[in-house]
Amino acid sequence: MSNAVSAMNGASFKGSVTIKDTGLQGMITLRGDFKSAVVAKALKTATGTAMPETGQILHSAKGSAAWMSPDELLLLVDYTKVDAIIAKLDKALSGEHALVINVSDARAMFEIKGAATRDILAKGSPADMSKEGLPVGVMRRSRLGQLAVAFWMDDEKTAHMVCFRSVGEHVFMWLKNASEKGSLPKYYT
Amino acid sequence: MLLLNCPCCGIDADETELEAGGEAHITRHGAGASDDDFETYMFMRKNPKGVHFERWRHAYGCGKWFHAARCTMTLEVFGTYSAQTLEPPKALINKIKKKRPDWEGFVK
Ligand SMILES: [Zn+2]
Repeated sequence: MSNAVSAMNGASFKGSVTIKDTGLQGMITLRGDFKSAVVAKALKTATGTAMPETGQILHSAKGSAAWMSPDELLLLVDYTKVDAIIAKLDKALSGEHALVINVSDARAMFEIKGAATRDILAKGSPADMSKEGLPVGVMRRSRLGQLAVAFWMDDEKTAHMVCFRSVGEHVFMWLKNASEKGSLPKYYT
Repeated sequence: MLLLNCPCCGIDADETELEAGGEAHITRHGAGASDDDFETYMFMRKNPKGVHFERWRHAYGCGKWFHAARCTMTLEVFGTYSAQTLEPPKALINKIKKKRPDWEGFVK
C-alpha cells in the first residue's frame, strides 16, 4: 500500500492568519438531478445532510454537502470511508442518471483562521467577502489569483478552501504570502 | 468593469470570473449548408454600437453558460437569462425598449 499524503502534507504557516493544509480529506463529486428523491435519499445516507439549496454548504456529524453547480455537489467525508460511501451511493443510484467519483486525491484543502480571514480571501478573489456577501453556510466558487478555488466560512474567523491538488502548493504559497504581517488591507476587519 | 448576475447560481459575477462567448442567438449551419449560410454562421457578426445579446460562461463559478443583454457603448447591463432559449425573453426586450426608444429591436 502506498502512503497517502495530502498536497502540502499538513504544512502550516502563522502570519496575520494561520494557513493550514488540513490533511487527507475525503471528497466525492456527485452529479445528478437534485430534484430526484432517489438522489436526495442517497445523499442523506452519504453525508447525513439534506440537499443543499443553490450556493449552500450543509454540515452534519457524518460529512458535508456543497452546491457546486445546478447538477453538481461536492461531498466532504472521512478519507478512510470514501470507497465504502461510493459503493453505497452507486448502489442507491443504480438506474438513476447520476455520476459518483472519488476526487479526494485530486484536490487539496486548506484552513484559513484568524480575524483577518475575509481580508486574506479578498486579496485574491473578486467575490464579495462581507458578512452579507459570504455568510456562514455559503459555498463560493471563485478564483484566487488566476486559479479556480471554492471556499466557505465555518464561522467569522475560519474559512476552508478547496482547489486542484496540482496547484495546491501554489495556493498554499499564495495564501502564505497574502498573510505576511503588515500587508493587510483591513477592509473587512 | 462588468458585473453579470449568473442566472444559474445567482451570483453577481465580476467579469474576471467569467468567459465571454461572443454574440448570442446565432443560427448554426453545419455540414450540407450552402456556402452563404455557412459564411454567415461562421464569420458574420452584428458588432453593434449599443444593445447587444451575448453568451457568457461562469467559468470560475458554477461553470454554466448563460445569456446577457448589455450596451456595448455604456456597458450598461440590461439583464441576464437562461442559455436554454433561442431568443431573449419578452420582458427583457420590453425593458430595453423603454430604456432605448431608438433601438430597432431584437433581430435574429
Ligand atoms: Zn454561475
